[in-house]
Amino acid sequence: MKKTVQIQDVGQSFDTKKGRFVALRDIQLDIHEGESIALIGHSGCGKSTLLNLIAGLTTPSTGVMLCDGREIAGPGPERAVVFQNHSLLPWLTCYDNVYLAVERVFGRKEGRASLKQRTHDALALVGLSHAETKFPHEISGGMKQRVGIARALSMQPRVLLMDEPFGALDALTRARLQDELMKILSDTGATMVMVTHDVDEAVLLSDRVVMLTNGPAATIGEILEVKLERPRDRLALAHDPDFAEYRAAIMEFLYQKQLKHAA
Amino acid sequence: MTVVAMAERSTGLAPASGTAREGEAAGGRAEVKPITPAVVVPSGPGFAERAGDALRALAAALLPPIIGLALLVGLWHLGTANGGGIPTPAKTWEAAVALFSDPFYREGPNDQGIGWNVLASLERVGIGFGIAALVGIPAGFMLGRFAVLSKMMNPIISLLRPVSPLAWLPIGLLVFQRADPAATWTIFICSIWPMILNTAQGVTRIPQDYLNVARVLNLSEWKIFTKILFPAVLPYMLTGIRLSIGTAWLVIVAAEMLTGGVGIGFWVWDEWNNLKVEHIIIAIFVIGVVGLLLEQALMLVARRFNYESR
Repeated sequence: MKKTVQIQDVGQSFDTKKGRFVALRDIQLDIHEGESIALIGHSGCGKSTLLNLIAGLTTPSTGVMLCDGREIAGPGPERAVVFQNHSLLPWLTCYDNVYLAVERVFGRKEGRASLKQRTHDALALVGLSHAETKFPHEISGGMKQRVGIARALSMQPRVLLMDEPFGALDALTRARLQDELMKILSDTGATMVMVTHDVDEAVLLSDRVVMLTNGPAATIGEILEVKLERPRDRLALAHDPDFAEYRAAIMEFLYQKQLKHAA
Repeated sequence: MTVVAMAERSTGLAPASGTAREGEAAGGRAEVKPITPAVVVPSGPGFAERAGDALRALAAALLPPIIGLALLVGLWHLGTANGGGIPTPAKTWEAAVALFSDPFYREGPNDQGIGWNVLASLERVGIGFGIAALVGIPAGFMLGRFAVLSKMMNPIISLLRPVSPLAWLPIGLLVFQRADPAATWTIFICSIWPMILNTAQGVTRIPQDYLNVARVLNLSEWKIFTKILFPAVLPYMLTGIRLSIGTAWLVIVAAEMLTGGVGIGFWVWDEWNNLKVEHIIIAIFVIGVVGLLLEQALMLVARRFNYESR
């Protein structure tokens, strides 16, 4: 399988007043094309740091990061980010928020009509065609997050990076957006890396769950392959013994191995 | 004119907007009530009741300020009815009617209608303030974007900001050799600080999220400025503009008293020399009303660009 993102011996440390703080060390991970990966760990373990490294928002202190064989030197539209707090620009409508991204990525090659079509398509993909002319403060939190996803997908990225995208939503909205995301991912065949602290979300959405040890100097503790059939149905999985086992394995890692380690 | 001044301003205005909202709320309740009859008959008791409720809501909104004004006029009348230098409200009213029946006459450079005087003052404020905006807003962007510049300029700004702009008037007279640009110069000086400081503050307070969006999308510098920096800073800029206009309008009266010519400040001083005290009182009201209008107009603009619910 083709490797979209390669992370080799990556470490990240920050210089603080108290001296050098090592956030991540010895990260080895290959992300394959079309794969969905969940990064899970206790808060402060550096899972967002790892995502920011892939996004190129920060550069690693050690090691090499490649996207499609080329070094990740900074942020780029081929690695689209969905931020935890949606980060829509409040002075632009939903349409204009997405158009900003579309124009940046395709503006040089395509005409205006094509750019408009891409924007409409992206919003239609997340079921928000009716809210195109609305401003972010006029729509609900779940809708904002969907616009954020539409903005990311509109760039046709090689990999979709999501930083706890549903963390701020209520449980019902979260479930609906997870289902929508699964459908979008299977329709588009997109590669995804998602930071989460929700065990169910990790199992439901991903092909591999990457579990990080507690910081400081966090690294990958275990990688769990989730071999559940797709499309996945949350109701059916609720009684699925395999699902329960995957869940248990993650819980064990988080609440036994890592808590003891921390104490 | 930094945060403290902003806070003072906003708390000073809070009661006004509060009562307006209460008035609206009362109006809203008044409209909800008569829904009980399913069919609305235009001339039935429901209609009369509704009209009554609407009137009551209107009265509740308007009555307190009217009572307040009446009290002021009453006290003024009581204080001045037994003679003395200050004219009674009635006498002032008569003078005002005479004055405003012909606000735009011209009989020589030192004898012009009150309309011309107000316009002359507004023109000075407009020019001085406009130049201050042209210099101060870009300067504020620079100071907010580059920490070194900010550290360089901060001691200078802190030193000059508390100085009364009138202290700069002689410098203006010296440099420009004429009274009129010197008055404009003092307006420029007093307007520029709030604009620099508030714009700079706005730039430093842009949420990191928006800048991350810019980085992830890899936006060009021009797009970053037009789509992110400028709209994000705009509310802060408008606060600076509002504070500047307020101060400028305060300062122009004093500056014109010193420089002479045409203008509401000069007019006040001229009427004092003519001992027409009722005209001075009228001028005080006019200055107050113009200042209020300027402030309210800018508040309206600021509300348009307020993206509070992010």
